[in-house]
Amino acid sequence: MTEQHQQVFHLPDVGEGLTEAEIVKWLVATGDSVSVNQIIVEIETAKAVVELPCPYAGVIDALHVSEGEIVPVGSPIVTILVTAKAEDREPVLVGYGAKAEHEVRRRPRKSDGQQAAVAATATGTVTAARTKPLVRKLAKELGVQLDSVTPTGIGGVITREDVLGSSQNGHATKQPVTPAGCDDRQPVRGVQRAMADAMVRSAFTAPHVTEWVEVDVSRTLELVARLRIHVAFEGIRVTPLTIVAAAVIQAVKKYPRINSTWLETPEGADILTHHDVHLGIAADTPRGLLVPSVKSAGAMELTELARSIHTLIETARAGRSTPADLTGGTITITNIGVFGVDGGTPIINPGESAILAVGRILDRPWVVDGVVSVRPIMQLSMSFDHRVIDGALGSRALVSMANFLADPAVEMLMGPTTE
Amino acid sequence: MSVVQLLTPEGQRVSHPGYDINLSDSELRGLYRDMVLVRRVDTEATALQRQGELGLWAPCLGQEAAQVGSARAMAPNDFAFPTFREHGVTWSRGIAPLDMLAMCRGVSNGGWDPQVHRCGPYSIVIGAQVLHGVGYAMGIQFDGAEDVAVTYFGDGAMAQGDVNEAFVFAASFSAPVVFFCQNNQWAISQPRDQQSNIEIYERAAGFGFPGVQVDGNDVLAVMAVTKVALERARTGNGPTLIEAYTYRMGAHTTSDDPTRYRLAGELETWRLRDPIERLKVYLARQGIADRSFFDHIEQEGEELAEHIREGVRGMVPPRPESMFDDVYAEPHARMDEQRSKMREYLASFEDYVG
Ligand SMILES: Cc1ncc(C[n+]2csc(CCOP(=O)(O)OP(=O)(O)O)c2C)c(N)n1
Ligand SMILES: [Mg+2]
Repeated sequence: MTEQHQQVFHLPDVGEGLTEAEIVKWLVATGDSVSVNQIIVEIETAKAVVELPCPYAGVIDALHVSEGEIVPVGSPIVTILVTAKAEDREPVLVGYGAKAEHEVRRRPRKSDGQQAAVAATATGTVTAARTKPLVRKLAKELGVQLDSVTPTGIGGVITREDVLGSSQNGHATKQPVTPAGCDDRQPVRGVQRAMADAMVRSAFTAPHVTEWVEVDVSRTLELVARLRIHVAFEGIRVTPLTIVAAAVIQAVKKYPRINSTWLETPEGADILTHHDVHLGIAADTPRGLLVPSVKSAGAMELTELARSIHTLIETARAGRSTPADLTGGTITITNIGVFGVDGGTPIINPGESAILAVGRILDRPWVVDGVVSVRPIMQLSMSFDHRVIDGALGSRALVSMANFLADPAVEMLMGPTTE
Repeated sequence: MSVVQLLTPEGQRVSHPGYDINLSDSELRGLYRDMVLVRRVDTEATALQRQGELGLWAPCLGQEAAQVGSARAMAPNDFAFPTFREHGVTWSRGIAPLDMLAMCRGVSNGGWDPQVHRCGPYSIVIGAQVLHGVGYAMGIQFDGAEDVAVTYFGDGAMAQGDVNEAFVFAASFSAPVVFFCQNNQWAISQPRDQQSNIEIYERAAGFGFPGVQVDGNDVLAVMAVTKVALERARTGNGPTLIEAYTYRMGAHTTSDDPTRYRLAGELETWRLRDPIERLKVYLARQGIADRSFFDHIEQEGEELAEHIREGVRGMVPPRPESMFDDVYAEPHARMDEQRSKMREYLASFEDYVG
């Protein structure tokens, strides 16, 4: 005989002493069948993004928390309808302590006198509202009286949501508050939030200068075409971006300063010029703009560089870049040409000093040897941090990239000899 | 000397000038079974932590060959001194998986009787067990016994003072000990190349005993190298440092997110060197094991996992006052006093059942 019963899965402490986590993504929906250890949800804690395996086999009965919500450890997040042996054992979950009843503060035995006194005053115990310091602080900020809040947390603990819920001007996290009209208001999270923070940090600390130059890329396109059919590049994707990457690397070798970090120090500031080129490539992914970097790109053969850029972008698009992939860049290329744009004023990645925007390649009238002819033209726009790179250096570096693209084969042969 | 390898990542049996091993078919199948079941225990424990059933777990994923190969080389009376990650060692010493998990659930201070299994408790304090192992080995000398102590530690522990002091003592007294270092390339987020300017096994030379580097994902090579080191120690020739070159495929512990400091490509590279896959290919190609054997082990793993899940959920927390029981080997007045004070305190709660 089988019988069905509900099992509730509470948010565990997947670290050591974490108090809350954000539900990032549900991988199952109500009504789905699940097996033991099937990954059902991704959560993000202060320490990590973690996948949670389902403790029971059965059918998803209800999801209690929506994506984007931050809930305290111990909150019920999903109920699973389990078809199982009649025996129903409530597990003791050490990850967040024992089940609710066990967590209720234990009551000291009372002497007879004390007991009478208690009976005379009230039925409930009069104790300070139970909550966490952060929630207490939030309540204070919002002017919420804690003893007026109805707790919904395990063991009668007042949660963040309880406080937000009872606050007049509460910005409840459950639904984004939409003002009277019908404008759409969305919370900014994850990749988008990270991008926003990075851009603000950079734009308001580094004085940006942007310069641009147009270049005839006939020879670059020619070279790309020849490399594509070269045996050494079999199975490797070569694009004009590959040659642009080589141009940037060579420019760094000529002018190492463009590959630097501005460091504030207690005494003032230092400029850290990097030996390695960790080449960032801005990628448009389903999750938003990501800038993973090819590590030690400066030491790579062209084949390896081409392959690495390709894998880097593919990995980013597939959402598999690790945070390590996404940090540690020293100079960046952003290919805005793919959107059909000629140029722009890109914002430097924080921690770097220059960024090159690559425009579209378009046939244009171009004067060659005094005659107007049609040539494929590309615009390069480079922003740099004027604290690190002055106008002369920035201009030279940009021109050297343009010269490289004008005649890449010769420039590669010549190597990074400074003019 | 080159890194010792007897089985390539492609499952090809190769020879090495200094080391060889000859195992029966059933021993080879046994090593495969050990590694698969250890991995199953490990992945189940990791999942249980994610479900709130364990406080913490340190996965050994990827290091099964280094652990099983070395521990299975030991004689029954030899003594192992493991760290928190050595589930393949404890498994090989006959310790029940549930006993490994008990400490991580906070219901046990150790989990097993070290004397019965000839295996110390999981040491969380980096390097401490290396001193314990050398001390034990010196005790073996005093006893005139023929046992050997094997101490386990990581690449990060190589920088620990305790470990280096243990090396000095072991060398000075020619203690019967094997230093088994699993270089899994990372000490939490600290990469191997920031821990030593020279190869780890080369550091043994400075202490005056041999060091050898072995492919830690090759269970045959690990076993061969460990057997030689054990023999050397057993015959009074002192310690050996074995560096098992391997990779921690999982997180440092369940509290860690390795994607914050490791590149995606690194794991892919090491996946191709998986310790279990290469033995499987070898066994299949040599006709030592067939489909039904592999299926059977798989099935055994699933049953083991189920047993672990049930067992962990059913673990009974010890009485709080039992914490005083194992502080001293003998009865102790101070402990008795503290125990009775705690009982009194516990009895002051309404729900306490004495
Ligand atoms: C004496 C001591 N210092 C620091 C720590 C914190 N800690 C825990 S594991 C670890 C790194 C160990 O790295 P390694 O020796 O390579 O072993 P692995 O974790 O890679 O198996 C550190 C520093 C500790 N447990 N003990
Ligand atoms: Mg290590």
